[in-house]
Amino acid sequence: MRIISIMNRVLKELFRDKRTLALMFLAPVLILLLLSFIFNSNSTTDVDIATVSMPSNISANLDNTKHVSVTKYNTKEAAKRALKDDKVDAIIQQKGSNYNLTYANTDSTKTTVVKMAFKNAMTNTTIETLKSKLTVASTALAKVQSQMPNASSSMAQKKQTTVKPKITNHYVYGDSNTGFFDKILPILMGFFVFFFVFLISGMALLKERTSGTLDRLLATPVKRYEIVFGYMASYGILAVIQTIIIVMVTVWLLGIQVVGNIFYVILINLVLALVALAFGILISTFANSEFQMMQFIPILVIPQIFFSGIIPLDSMAGWVKDISYIIPIKYSGDAATRVIMQGGGLSSLGSDFGVLFIFLIILTILNVVGLKRYRKV
Amino acid sequence: MADSIISLKHLVKKFGNQTVLKDINFDVHTSEIVGLIGPSGAGKSTVIKTALGMEVADGGSAKVFNTTMPNRELLANIGYMAQTDALYDDLSGRENLKFFAVMKGLSRKETINEIEHVSKVVDLTDDLDKRVSGYSGGMMRRLSLAIALLGKPKLLILDEPTVGIDPALRRQIWKELQHIRNEVRGILITTHVMDEAELTDKVALLLDGKVMAFDKPDVLKMQYDVDSIENVFLKAEGVL
Repeated sequence: MRIISIMNRVLKELFRDKRTLALMFLAPVLILLLLSFIFNSNSTTDVDIATVSMPSNISANLDNTKHVSVTKYNTKEAAKRALKDDKVDAIIQQKGSNYNLTYANTDSTKTTVVKMAFKNAMTNTTIETLKSKLTVASTALAKVQSQMPNASSSMAQKKQTTVKPKITNHYVYGDSNTGFFDKILPILMGFFVFFFVFLISGMALLKERTSGTLDRLLATPVKRYEIVFGYMASYGILAVIQTIIIVMVTVWLLGIQVVGNIFYVILINLVLALVALAFGILISTFANSEFQMMQFIPILVIPQIFFSGIIPLDSMAGWVKDISYIIPIKYSGDAATRVIMQGGGLSSLGSDFGVLFIFLIILTILNVVGLKRYRKV
Repeated sequence: MADSIISLKHLVKKFGNQTVLKDINFDVHTSEIVGLIGPSGAGKSTVIKTALGMEVADGGSAKVFNTTMPNRELLANIGYMAQTDALYDDLSGRENLKFFAVMKGLSRKETINEIEHVSKVVDLTDDLDKRVSGYSGGMMRRLSLAIALLGKPKLLILDEPTVGIDPALRRQIWKELQHIRNEVRGILITTHVMDEAELTDKVALLLDGKVMAFDKPDVLKMQYDVDSIENVFLKAEGVL
């Protein structure tokens, strides 16, 4: 009864605070939309290359490469000036049989693209040279063959077999447009839930403490766990609504494919929200003001992004990787990725759920015991 | 002799190595209003927090209804009003009252009757459905008092209940407090207003973590050979 009453009260307060409500429900949608624009429209890098005294066939090959444009400069000085003025991204100069490449290197992706393009152009040029030599050889061969008429028919057959093979792409998840955004989306969802629930619940309990209502609440025969559970129930409901909105936006508006059961995604985020709530309440006891609560964001919330799996964990050093084991968002991200991208069922999510529940139980116990600071029974 | 509701004996309370309460002895009986007066920092709030069980005594004993505090169930019989208003601003007055009524464990029927009764006492009946954020300071104070009165608790602990309340309403509240006393209930009240102290049945004068004097206002005035509690206070502090 008391739990429900506390839940009702917290929900009532939240739904009357329109700004906070908008922050919880509209901010994630806005950020998701922006991210999808950024990652989906800018998936290619265009580079400009300056060439100085380059053979025309290599230049042409470079110019034919997608997203690469070539500008000819007569002297190295002119090219360097262009590089400095940010007009070109790299200079290629031939010296004898060798090539000198100078990169602006202000954007490492562009440097890589130039390196690749140049390598390809060189390979193509070599192949062309070989081809033309081959043509010369085969015409010579044809001449010899025409003098021996019996073999001409078998030669024609061979020409047909050199047709280019056709390549067909199959995608297990998504289509050819599936990119980085699709990969980070399941993790981002969890991050939004975690961030907003952590912040708002922490602030709510802080306010309860500083305004004296917590003392007054504890001066009634309410049990300490009833307060914690009341908060959990209300923020659980809020997290479910938030997750449903985020999932609807990603599926209907952004057209992201969800292979598995959406209900599991909501379940994962509900558990994560409860972890965030317990964490927020616990942390709020270490803050004396709203501003001090905000100070925990760069220390405790932002680093979670780095270990959540948005940046591939495989490439990290061993000990850095180990940090990710204590990051709740990593587990929700793994589980959500499995459901959304691989269509995993509940059984495949067991270990992630298990770890999240362990987080939840430990934090909840700490909170119930921690309230003893304000009332000794 | 009436029953003792609060009984503090040789109460000691320390925070770190600072001893806030050194030796507190006094009782609150049924049908009694006890005023706790003393300068800021004398430990008035600590006495109250120990009586409520929010703090544990480091020495001596703190008993409420003959039970050693802290004790959670007993809190149902105590109405507490803190110095801060401690209200939920986004809720209406009625919602605040309803919430705390549930927390105190009142039944649904009791809740409705009690809300009607206490809001009449503090003169808030017409404003019950307004949000607290729109209340004036005095209205918030009255709502806070109304919450403490919910459920007719046998013991009221009021920390500065009449700060920011205008004289007419203050008189009305004191009338209600005296009415409560006559219902065989007990009240412990802290105050800075010395003429309010005159209205109590007994005054406990708290100074440096000790009860310097504890008796009826008239007896205290005679003991200190002055004509008002204010002068008792000043004389005890050594100013006069």
